[in-house]
Amino acid sequence: MIQEKQTPMREQPAAERIHNFNEVPYGYSEDEAVQEATRCLQCAHAPCVKGCPVGIDIPAFMDHLKNRRFAEAASVIKQDNALPAVCGRVCPQENQCQGVCTLANRFDPVAIGRLERFCADWEAENEACRVEMEPDTGKHVAVVGAGPAGLTVAGELRKRGHAVTMFELLHVAGGVLMYGIPEFRLPKAIVQREIQALCEMGVNLEVNQVIGRTQTIQEMLNGDYDAVFIGTGAGLPRFLGVPGENLNGVFSANEFLTRTNLMRAYQFPEYDTPIKISARVVTVGGGNVAMDASRTALRLGAKESVIVYRRSEAELPARAEEVHHAKEEGIRFQLLTNPVEFIGEDGRLAAVRCIRMELGEPDDSGRRRPVPVPGSEFEIETGTVVIAVGNGPHPLIPQTTPDLELNRWGSIVADPETGRTSLKGVYAGGDIVTGAATVIEAMGAGKRSAMAIHENLMNGA
Amino acid sequence: MYKILKKQTLGPSIREYIVEAPEVARVGKAGQFIVLRLHERGERIPLTIVACDPETGGVTLVVQEVGKSTREMGDRFHVGDTILDFAGPLGEATEIENYGTVICIGGGLGIAPLYPIARALKNAGNEVIGIIGARNKELLFYEDQMAAVSDKLIVKTDDGSYGSQGFVSDPLKEILESGSKIDRVWAIGPAIMMKVCANVTRPFEVPTIVSLNSIMIDGTGMCGGCRVDVGGVAKFACVDGPEFDGHQVDFDLLMSRQGYYAEEEVCSMDRYMTKYAEGAEQ
Repeated sequence: MIQEKQTPMREQPAAERIHNFNEVPYGYSEDEAVQEATRCLQCAHAPCVKGCPVGIDIPAFMDHLKNRRFAEAASVIKQDNALPAVCGRVCPQENQCQGVCTLANRFDPVAIGRLERFCADWEAENEACRVEMEPDTGKHVAVVGAGPAGLTVAGELRKRGHAVTMFELLHVAGGVLMYGIPEFRLPKAIVQREIQALCEMGVNLEVNQVIGRTQTIQEMLNGDYDAVFIGTGAGLPRFLGVPGENLNGVFSANEFLTRTNLMRAYQFPEYDTPIKISARVVTVGGGNVAMDASRTALRLGAKESVIVYRRSEAELPARAEEVHHAKEEGIRFQLLTNPVEFIGEDGRLAAVRCIRMELGEPDDSGRRRPVPVPGSEFEIETGTVVIAVGNGPHPLIPQTTPDLELNRWGSIVADPETGRTSLKGVYAGGDIVTGAATVIEAMGAGKRSAMAIHENLMNGA
Repeated sequence: MYKILKKQTLGPSIREYIVEAPEVARVGKAGQFIVLRLHERGERIPLTIVACDPETGGVTLVVQEVGKSTREMGDRFHVGDTILDFAGPLGEATEIENYGTVICIGGGLGIAPLYPIARALKNAGNEVIGIIGARNKELLFYEDQMAAVSDKLIVKTDDGSYGSQGFVSDPLKEILESGSKIDRVWAIGPAIMMKVCANVTRPFEVPTIVSLNSIMIDGTGMCGGCRVDVGGVAKFACVDGPEFDGHQVDFDLLMSRQGYYAEEEVCSMDRYMTKYAEGAEQ
């Protein structure tokens, strides 16, 4: 008799957690993990593996877990995923492995993400697993950008015996995992633990590196490196382009989250970087970043946190768990609504004027296009608005690398299977190629690029 | 870690540092900036490059101690000490060409970023008229350096304690009104000074370049906190600038945005002064 529901994961109660930045779910105990893993049917065709962008052998790690072989389970995951503690926490599993789980036809899918997290955390605590390393090849690869794509490339290539040097523009590695995703969803110590593991494998990490300026991609290829991977992400924030957007109090989500996460403004003045918000905070957008920003606002002391999104609930692009947690925490969803103007008073934001929307015909994305309802404008009083409507490609490498083919949005053109760009020996993957997407998609691209780089370095293919 | 090679006081709360950062020193150009972070709890501070020495690997910066972090740098970071993080060069370099006759105006701390621009313009064959000014004699620095790269140097102080009394915009106006042909103007200093200078040159249609020091977090194009309105379009000072056409910049917006964290800055400074200034460790 199969357990129909997922084994629940204990978590901080909403009323408590909105006052701190500690992680929300506590993770499974060993017994809970075993209980949940036992639900796996061990399907011969393993749809979950195909649903995973990095192709983790999910049935194999479930089998180890069911039999309490925790170290073995962790090693199976590590074979294919350099950042399991991260992915277990932030992957949109419902659209990937869990979405295609056979059990999901009738019951809850196996909680694959939670179990991945369990294995990674167990392994970190017990230091049980060593990654198999191949002998040194004498080849050296530069990885520009130490976010999810770059970290994956670094891990995969190092494992195959290549020397790898990662160059990071900020003062810490991790990219969006450090500056974007909040502590309560992805503790920074866990991100650093995974990066530390890569460094222990022999990956060199250089922070504060303005690649493109101190050395160009071409100079890297002419110099010490046999190949270069560019994974510099989609760091350039988009704004709405409506009047008043430059008023004090209007933040990009990047600024709001970078101040809070990377610079730890929630610990100001112990940390030097401040952040200032009003009693009501309005976040514009419906993705994971919007959920992160609106939940961060509560933890920074907002009395009310409102999400303004132009489509309806069904179209919210955020992970189901994020929407669920946001609702539990009392985030107000002002759906089918779009800002048209920011209204200031003495240079500071005082209100946002919005218009109601309705859904019309499907657009290019297949979702019904939101259309303004004439005459439906209204104002929401607020001193803080966070714009979370996406990011464009980080401009530094595209600007400083002549002959690198770009698309019309300024993203790097790269072969989706290999990451090859228009420049010989230069590969790219993650958000700098696809535009803002998910951590795991960037990791998947990184993995495919790493394979192609490896092939090329070994066989000249 | 980036070692402080040299430190000297230029005036009350104004210090010049040379920091060892060979990669930056090799390629840094006039007009560009770096971002540094003093320690683990520090903020990222953007500072304009004053000079780069590829031989020694030294990058020269001038810092005015206006807030907690710059004050802390002055109090606690000495020759031989290291700065935790130092990244650059960031931003676009000044477009140096032989324009003909140029006026280079530096107000207060703005003299520091102005100096390498004036020098580069001089080296490119321009006739350089330098105008530097400060509130008073003590706050004025780099007079000799500016004199060395200027065909003519005018010095102003607000209180008349040195040079002639008045603002840097006064001689600018006189030169333009005298009918001298001026091909380009650089004006770097407090936002209000740049605004006034841009207003002076506007009727004469002399291209006027200003360097904007808006609040930045990462300094690399990611936060948009430094955005400024230039000709009705939002530009990022960090990646689109820091230099812009002064006739297009909305200086009132810039000043308003620069003041957003004024209360927090006071809070941070007060806390530092009471808790740490007497040598207590962080």
